[in-house]
Amino acid sequence: MEPLSSLKPLIAVLVSLGVVPILISSRNANVREAWTFGAAGLKFLIILSMLPTVLEGRELVCTLVEVLPGVALRLRVDALGMLFALVASSLWIITSAYSIGYMRGLDEHSQTRYFCFFALALSATIGAAFSANLFTLYLFYEMLSFATYPLVTHHQDAEARRSGRKYLLYIVGTSIGLVLPAMVISYHLSGTLEFSGQGFLPRSASPILLGVLLFMFLFGFAKAAIIPLHAWLPAAMVAPTPVSALLHAVAVVKVGVFSILRILTGVFGLDLLASLHLGTAVAYVAAFTIIVASLIALTQKEMKRLLAFSTIGQLSYIVLGAALLSPKGLMGGMVHIAMHAFGKITLFFCAGAIFVATGKKYINEMVGIGKRMPVTMTAFFIGALSIIGIPPGGGFLSKWYLVLGALQADQFPLLLVILVSSLLNAAYFIPIVYRAFFVGSRETNFPDTVSEAPIFCVAPLALTALISLALFFYPQPFLDLAQLAVQALLGGTGK
Amino acid sequence: MSEHYPALLVILPLLASFFISAAGWLRPVCCFPLALAALGSSLLVSLGLLGDVISGGPVSYWMGGWPPPWGIYYRVDYLNALVLAVVCAVGFVNLIAARPSVEKDFPEKAGPFYTLYVLFVTGLLGMVATGDAFNLYVLLEIAAITGYALIALGKGRAALSSLHYVFLGTIGACFYLLGVGYLYIITGSLNMEDIARLLPPLYESKVVTVAFAILMVGVWLKMGFFPLHAWLPNAYTYAPSPVSSLVAPLMTKVMVYVMIRMVLTVFTVDFAFLVLRLNEVVVWLAVIAIVMGSLLALAEKDVKRMLTFIVVAEVGYMVGGFWLGNQAGFTGAVLHILNDALMTLCLFLAVGNIVHVNGDSRWESLPGLFRTMPWTMGALVVGALSIIGVPPTCGFFSKWYLLLGAIQGGHYGFLVALLFSSLVSVVLFFRIFEIGFFEPFGASHGSAHGEGGPAIQEAPLGMLVPLWMTALGLILVGLYTGEIVGRVIRHAVPGMML
Amino acid sequence: MEAVLNLIIEKYNYWIYITLMMIGLYAMIAKNNLVKKIVGMNIFQTAVILFYVSTGVKKGATIPIIEHGHDVAHQAVRAADYINPLPHVLMLTAIVVSVATLGVALAIAIKVYHRYQTLEEDEILEQIREL
Repeated sequence: MEPLSSLKPLIAVLVSLGVVPILISSRNANVREAWTFGAAGLKFLIILSMLPTVLEGRELVCTLVEVLPGVALRLRVDALGMLFALVASSLWIITSAYSIGYMRGLDEHSQTRYFCFFALALSATIGAAFSANLFTLYLFYEMLSFATYPLVTHHQDAEARRSGRKYLLYIVGTSIGLVLPAMVISYHLSGTLEFSGQGFLPRSASPILLGVLLFMFLFGFAKAAIIPLHAWLPAAMVAPTPVSALLHAVAVVKVGVFSILRILTGVFGLDLLASLHLGTAVAYVAAFTIIVASLIALTQKEMKRLLAFSTIGQLSYIVLGAALLSPKGLMGGMVHIAMHAFGKITLFFCAGAIFVATGKKYINEMVGIGKRMPVTMTAFFIGALSIIGIPPGGGFLSKWYLVLGALQADQFPLLLVILVSSLLNAAYFIPIVYRAFFVGSRETNFPDTVSEAPIFCVAPLALTALISLALFFYPQPFLDLAQLAVQALLGGTGK
Repeated sequence: MSEHYPALLVILPLLASFFISAAGWLRPVCCFPLALAALGSSLLVSLGLLGDVISGGPVSYWMGGWPPPWGIYYRVDYLNALVLAVVCAVGFVNLIAARPSVEKDFPEKAGPFYTLYVLFVTGLLGMVATGDAFNLYVLLEIAAITGYALIALGKGRAALSSLHYVFLGTIGACFYLLGVGYLYIITGSLNMEDIARLLPPLYESKVVTVAFAILMVGVWLKMGFFPLHAWLPNAYTYAPSPVSSLVAPLMTKVMVYVMIRMVLTVFTVDFAFLVLRLNEVVVWLAVIAIVMGSLLALAEKDVKRMLTFIVVAEVGYMVGGFWLGNQAGFTGAVLHILNDALMTLCLFLAVGNIVHVNGDSRWESLPGLFRTMPWTMGALVVGALSIIGVPPTCGFFSKWYLLLGAIQGGHYGFLVALLFSSLVSVVLFFRIFEIGFFEPFGASHGSAHGEGGPAIQEAPLGMLVPLWMTALGLILVGLYTGEIVGRVIRHAVPGMML
Repeated sequence: MEAVLNLIIEKYNYWIYITLMMIGLYAMIAKNNLVKKIVGMNIFQTAVILFYVSTGVKKGATIPIIEHGHDVAHQAVRAADYINPLPHVLMLTAIVVSVATLGVALAIAIKVYHRYQTLEEDEILEQIREL
């Protein structure tokens, strides 16, 4: 069907950008946060209003300016982008509420700056989701890198500086050193950068060059945290928890894997990857990351670092799903974007809530905390279920599709990887939950005075936990979108 | 009226400089408005000229009605119409920003300053507009001599640095003159197009080769092409900030234009690329310039001095891009003349603001700047992103064309050098941002909600507005790259490179 | 040997200008005193001027002024009878430029002297290092 020309995608991207001057000028904290909410709500509504059109199978397009011959700054809303944008924008609302609870609870400094850059980062995320070509994607990808730097280094101390350096070195270093030349080479080969269902790279190019290009892209989008370019993610955990939650479980890392999905499907195309056996190569890289990250997570003592390594592993599920090149695998990967986002953000929120209420960061200090903060730890349990992939956690669905995808692709070793990794996930999450609830009162680390975090912290995490559960029973919007996306890629044979 | 644009462009500021000089004696208050009016009208004329060229093709002008090759001949085509507009715009915007620091640092020299300023811009405009090789030399010296004097206005080591610049600049100009002399001996003409017409049968002559070599060395010296850059860092560092932000964006860029003009119009592309086959060698020289410029910048602990080495690296971008000898490389080089002029202007203006407030641009003056000078630092970030090459700032697009040119030409050394320099730029600028953001440690804590802390101490509005005009210009030019390339630069590409 | 000598004698104007140029360059590089460097710079410029002027010369030709008379003005002008005026005219401009450069250079040298109380470059550099 003809794509629909519309300004909506542009407005959706610009809403949070437009609110920045207001945020800067408002002196009152309540007014400032009201504006943040307003922008977040508006953004979500605009994106939601485009959902019916996308579900009909139509695309919305907004072309701004042609910057290079054959390459325009263009936004296009398709099913995959819609899926990601829905996740990111809905979670921004929840995170805004959580931010208020967390930042005020800890009496953090420079909150205006914090909310401004948060809004900027969201603009970039939605922009990346709606990018119609590699250039637009790169633009928003870079914008996100720089907008998140002040968030990661929010504490402005020596540790933040070190982590900020590592963050930039990995993220910007790879995007300039690998993605940029790969992009120029792709343009040189094909004269366009526009994503298309079959990929735009010419079939005639030399296989070695194509292979090199693929890996330049794969490692260049270091936000996807594929080992060995993962080290920035645990380092970035020095950021305030809402930042880690939204950006390092949802926006930043997902933009990374989303970019890789676009590269695999829109730049190379599934047929090309299959004919060169490049899909399998990518799948094994992802599988390696999944296992190694899970193993490292087992050894972590700090809650947020554990979550970071868990994220690294889970991200590669998405890459793996796409790299299987089978319809079910693709669907699993895409749905996992949503499932993992809701699950992981719950876990981060819980870690932050515990920190706000008790100041504890290390896992071995959290013995018996379930008695004191039952809501938080129950939510943690649900989030963990979803990540491990046990019903009724939403993550079960995506893993189910991934398993089916591996079967469809006849990749038994990869099937094994998915199952083993789930076991490992259980191995690092379940003990935490167990020790939080099932310990005698003598062993507990917490006096009776400790209670739940402020309502602005607890309500969001309860909400995301509930959504995680609900997604198991009602996964329709995301499942439908993923199915549409797969159909578009395979020309209607997705079912 | 519009047929006299090429002459007006040069004569307006030239005449104005006499009036400014007189006003400096009689009514010093009038100097600034006069200069502003002169450069403002030049800017309008240059934009009108650019419009004429876009709509009607190249424009020619015979000075005093003498036809070429006898009279002085001004020719404005797609290439120099763009450069003229850039020179006028940079000169105009920087003039606005110059006023507060002139009033603060040397109010008694306002008259001479504005006179020299306008004359300097006149010289550059003439160099770009002229179609006569000797006329170019005279205007080159006008720009150079006023430049020496402007730089010597600074404090401390400025005079000595300026004197070194005088020596090397004079050698460069003399080499250029010598090259033109050899061309004159063999062709008997000074008109660029006439020389180009007479040269082809003489391509094998040693005289032409010698002329070319001497001329190039002279031009490279004047643009600070590594390793002939020795004069540049000191001169630009110790010059007063409004002078640095005028000379650094324009002088090197205009010399790059002169190089392109000489190869394109005088010696012709065929000679430079097919007969001499110098391109491979020159691109490798450019690679060295880029790498060394970036590395030398890493060693500096003064923002302004660091920027001067970035200028050295950027000269390598343009020279290399041009000598790649393909369409993308040429487009990148010409686009980079525009972009780099704006980027360096933005950065030097920002540093000028820091110097204006803190009196210094060394690293010791940086801590806490994001808090005290948020607007200046914000613009510095935009400029830095452009140098790094982050879309949608314009720096990305010229880098894109240069990279594309490198790939099309199969010159992977140049490709690697560009990427290397981008990465080094990240390090260079984030070192500055880190100091401005993190130091002094602990200052941001304790003051809950961040509303406390040291008060804002910004540069005056007269400096902030031009700075932000430039910073926004970087983004706008970036977004309209397609238009600029499609309507202007594409028509300037010589046929051989297509 | 004779060939070399012939080469030198035939093109002696070039050899003179190159020699002058090298003298100027030597002074600019090797001399320690700033004024001597400036003088070197001036020699360098003069060498180029000399080169130009010498290219206009023709043996046995005269200054390029056509006499106004009733009968001579109608005759065709024989270029070989006159030296080429153009290089000379150009050099008038170049001389102005070189004088201007010299003036600016000397003015800056005075400024340097005011600051460091010396024009010897090594002493200036020493003072800078001490700062």
